[in-house]
Amino acid sequence: MTDMTSSLAGASQRPASTRRDIGIKRRYAAERRFRAYGIGAISIGIFFLGLLLWTVVSKGYTAFLQTEIVLPITFSEQVIDPKNERATNPGKLMTANYPLLVRDALVQKLGLDPANRADVKLATDMVSASARTQLRDVVVANPAIIGQTVPVALLAEGNIDSANKGQIDVTVDEANRKVKDKQLGWMQTLSQDGAMTKSFNTGLFTSGASSRPEAAGIGVAALGSLYMMLIVLALSLPIGVSASIYLEEFAPKNKLTDLIEVNINNLAAVPSIVYGLLGLSIFINFAGMPRSAALVGGLVLTLMTLPTIIIATRAALKAVPPSIRAAALGLGASKMQTIFHHVLPLAMPGILTGTIIGLAHALGETAPLLLIGMVAFVVDFPGSPLEPSTALPVQIYMWANEAERAFVERTSGAIIVLLIFLVVMNLGAILLRRRFERRW
Amino acid sequence: MSASLLFLLVLLVGASAFVMGRSRAMATAGGKLSSLHSLPGYHGSYAAIWALLPSLVVLAVWLVAAPPMIDRSVLFHLPTEVLNQGNAPAQLALGQVKSVARGLALLSDAERSALDSGSINLRDAMGAKGIPLAGAGEPWMIESATTFNRMTANSHLAMAGVVLLLAIGGTLLALRGISQRFRARNRVEQVILGGLILASSIAILTTVGIIGSMLSEALRFFASVSPMEFFFGTVWDPRFAAAGQAGQAGQFGLLPLLAGTLYIAFVAMLFAVPIGLFAAIYMAEYASNTVRSIAKPLLEILAGIPTIVYGFFALVTVGPFLRDISGQLNGLVTGNYASFIQAQSVLTAGIVMGIMLIPFVSSLSDDIITQVPGSLRDGSLGLGATRSETIKRVVLPAALPGIVGALLLTASRAVGETMIVVLAAGVAARMQINPFEPMTTVTVKIVNQLTGDLEFTSPQTLVAFALGITLFAITLCLNIYALYIVRKYREQYE
Amino acid sequence: MNMMSEATLEKAVDQKMNAVPHKMIGKDVSVYYGEKRALFDVNLNIRENTVTALIGPSGCGKSTFLRTLNRMNDTIDHCKVTGKITLDGGDIYDPSIDVVELRARVGMVFQKPNPFPKSIYENVTYGPKIHGLARSKAELDAIVEQSLQKAGLWNEVKDRLHESGTGLSGGQQQRLCIARAVAVSPEVILMDEPCSALDPIATAKVEELIHELRANYTIVIVTHSMQQAARVSQRTAMFHLGNLVEENDTDKMFTNPDDQRTQDYIMGRFG
Repeated sequence: MTDMTSSLAGASQRPASTRRDIGIKRRYAAERRFRAYGIGAISIGIFFLGLLLWTVVSKGYTAFLQTEIVLPITFSEQVIDPKNERATNPGKLMTANYPLLVRDALVQKLGLDPANRADVKLATDMVSASARTQLRDVVVANPAIIGQTVPVALLAEGNIDSANKGQIDVTVDEANRKVKDKQLGWMQTLSQDGAMTKSFNTGLFTSGASSRPEAAGIGVAALGSLYMMLIVLALSLPIGVSASIYLEEFAPKNKLTDLIEVNINNLAAVPSIVYGLLGLSIFINFAGMPRSAALVGGLVLTLMTLPTIIIATRAALKAVPPSIRAAALGLGASKMQTIFHHVLPLAMPGILTGTIIGLAHALGETAPLLLIGMVAFVVDFPGSPLEPSTALPVQIYMWANEAERAFVERTSGAIIVLLIFLVVMNLGAILLRRRFERRW
Repeated sequence: MSASLLFLLVLLVGASAFVMGRSRAMATAGGKLSSLHSLPGYHGSYAAIWALLPSLVVLAVWLVAAPPMIDRSVLFHLPTEVLNQGNAPAQLALGQVKSVARGLALLSDAERSALDSGSINLRDAMGAKGIPLAGAGEPWMIESATTFNRMTANSHLAMAGVVLLLAIGGTLLALRGISQRFRARNRVEQVILGGLILASSIAILTTVGIIGSMLSEALRFFASVSPMEFFFGTVWDPRFAAAGQAGQAGQFGLLPLLAGTLYIAFVAMLFAVPIGLFAAIYMAEYASNTVRSIAKPLLEILAGIPTIVYGFFALVTVGPFLRDISGQLNGLVTGNYASFIQAQSVLTAGIVMGIMLIPFVSSLSDDIITQVPGSLRDGSLGLGATRSETIKRVVLPAALPGIVGALLLTASRAVGETMIVVLAAGVAARMQINPFEPMTTVTVKIVNQLTGDLEFTSPQTLVAFALGITLFAITLCLNIYALYIVRKYREQYE
Repeated sequence: MNMMSEATLEKAVDQKMNAVPHKMIGKDVSVYYGEKRALFDVNLNIRENTVTALIGPSGCGKSTFLRTLNRMNDTIDHCKVTGKITLDGGDIYDPSIDVVELRARVGMVFQKPNPFPKSIYENVTYGPKIHGLARSKAELDAIVEQSLQKAGLWNEVKDRLHESGTGLSGGQQQRLCIARAVAVSPEVILMDEPCSALDPIATAKVEELIHELRANYTIVIVTHSMQQAARVSQRTAMFHLGNLVEENDTDKMFTNPDDQRTQDYIMGRFG
């Protein structure tokens, strides 16, 4: 211990002049600034993520609710089939004047004067024009209903729906407002009566395109996307894995394989719209496949996804240690057996993760689909991938171009659905990676 | 016999070839499997390959090649007065003949004889079967259609015969070859290898397809509009002319579109590069594991959001916000509350695209920065440099080539981005420098020109392919150069 | 061996060595990597203008201790240092002490030569520039020449100062790294197995250099080669399993160590 104190004393005697001024203060200020820039940059990124999600969710969550008006509809024979000819002419039921039933029911419900044309028109405007097809379908499905009075839940018109969700500013001058004072009054009456309710919007998931926001849905588009995803999965996974196995395990390292490698990396970075041009020119124009078909969309997205899958698969194959290959080869397995029995199963989690991420990317892709005619007004569910269909992101694009307020809500709602799909897929990929991740 | 039924039959032959090959191999082994060179399964697969491969290839070729050949032969036998009218009417007539042929196949014998005797006319007979006919229908059409149907039927019959013969013949041939020492596994593996090579050639074929298809369509465009006019024209005004209207070519100047594309990409990079780069630096050099494990996935979510969502975001949030804030600013300064930023503008598109690019810049740069060896950092820190000095003077200069590569890849993405600019940049093709005004891009015009009714002969449609090949060329150069740099960089530190 | 004479000898040596002041003092130094403890209460003093060699089998904590001396351990997550280390009497882990300033006074040379991918000139001027030690280009030039002279590299590279430092041979690179450290004019230079990546000829040159540097600097060197420790150092400290086994005069250490484990190690029984 004496040793230590003496040396300490010695040290204190040394002149402090050995200390140099190396600008510590200034340099630490620079250090703090630099660090702040980094934190700022990350915060900006996360802020925009939050803003984007908040925009979509705040504008879109109401799309999952839909205002309905329950009216006791009298399926009057006089209106539907006055000459009683439905037995001989079934077409009669298709063309009957169903809106009249709605008008009569509303007039009765609200106690309006049928002679006051303006009021009656205002009142009937509150019900979606889709009521015609809705009532028609009810009657066609069950003609025995004619003559009875049955309560039917009808969709409210888009603006009424918005007003009911509190999205319309009622302080605005009535002339500049889509919903008039009288309608607001009736809405109140109906609500108090329990006739106007908000319920879960199943139509959003089951309907196809419609020019009326309240009747438009993503069901048809989602089916189109599903077809395309199945095609992409069925084609890109086997082709991608085969190509990767060849390039990673068999291909000699020469100029040609080098070229293929550069080529694949480039293809992964080619703008997606170029794939749309390719699809239009080769699949539709040259091979004569139908426009707007999910088949063509699926093929285009397959070509687009392939490079991603190939790159991911090659990385996964590369990560399998050579010792595994040596062990199998040493037992007398052929190279092909080694790869298919040992290397490929070990690389599978990585391959599937890459595939899911590629699929998620393909699901959200819009631009190439616009070029192959999937921007179509499709009302009916496509029965096969050869029939005209549209896709979820394209439906979003088409709605985003609509001017009506209610469509903004639908668009956001559709985006939420799309994002949920993507989140589920990506979470699946992450779980897969976590579950099967191997550290060599 | 329909093609799908034939396909199923061939599969059936293939399956039985597998079973027979396997049992034959087991029989030759005489219960001692080890005496076989290859496992019985390989012998079965070998037989199945012989059954399936040649027959299915012939089936596919036949299905693709036969219809055009029949078309040509029927076309050749059309009445001379039709053929003399030129190619387009002849093709039209052929189309009608094919419709008639379809209709004829649906007619009953009685209806057919009524048609032949002339008691009902062709158009009505077809109409009754739900096949609309453009004209009244000529008698020779019935004749040609009959020929067409006959040839098609013959072709199908011949196809079925040849394909089945090949399948069965292949099976027998393969079964004959099976013996104890036969190297079935090697043969099967050769076929698999061939399949693998075929799959990897698709990557090449895609590129060839992109270049070939776009080049050929673009050349058709350049037949009506000179390349000089396209590449150096300053006016974009394609004038949607009605079909067949001559002399209404319009002007197809690329420059305004290119200017808009590069301008918007520049604004986007201006926004994304500093943010992405600083985020990457912080993530790679400062962030603790906890911060990194939260912030990195959050930023990556931005990369996973489809671009159409960004477009919507620009349309309903960023655009209106910029417009309103500019009005407020203007009001504060001049008292006039008119907006000087339009909702659709270079700035709107640039900012939103910039947000989209942040994760690209940050994750690419993060990879690059973490590849700089730790020993260089230690060397600098050991000399008493602060972290930021180490980053600025040692890490970043060492990572610079890689970062440049990453930025070029990002720029390529900015140039090729479509949905954001479609919704946020506007459609006006103008050459100007005010970022608050709308401009349009190459990608927007490709979408504009190709949505709606298409006619594959007009320059208005074909110009999209000329734009496409230009876009492809630009991004190709950026990508290749960037990939080259990044690769060199990686090799340096491997 | 006579116990008595051994004790007297030890005393004499101690007295001689005690005449040299202690530049750095480590007291009860322990290092934890997360849950794992890597150093156990090490007490080791570093004497001024002396070469101190830290030896021991791999994983014994010698490099860890070296890195505590200029707080390079700070760069490793979850690394915690307890105890006290002083430089000229000042606690280097005191919150008021700045790590940048500390490292400017306690320089470090690493196991693998790690020249920056810049020119030789820029490599050497890097430290002086960040610390603002030179006011003019002429001063910088002078520092470069002096440092390279001290590192024995000047004659080999004076005609290609502006070529990349990564283009030099391994031995030259390591001497460049030493020149780079010297250019900051530190008081202490830490060397972490500086010759492990070098061939014998380059090693000899670096060892010679260490000898010369001793006149102006306090040097601590980690080495796994006992011959090297014997050749270059005056004091040697032996580590084993995170403990300081013995610290002694190098001559004594290699001829007549106090501790059985040191003897075993030097005899090559483990390591």
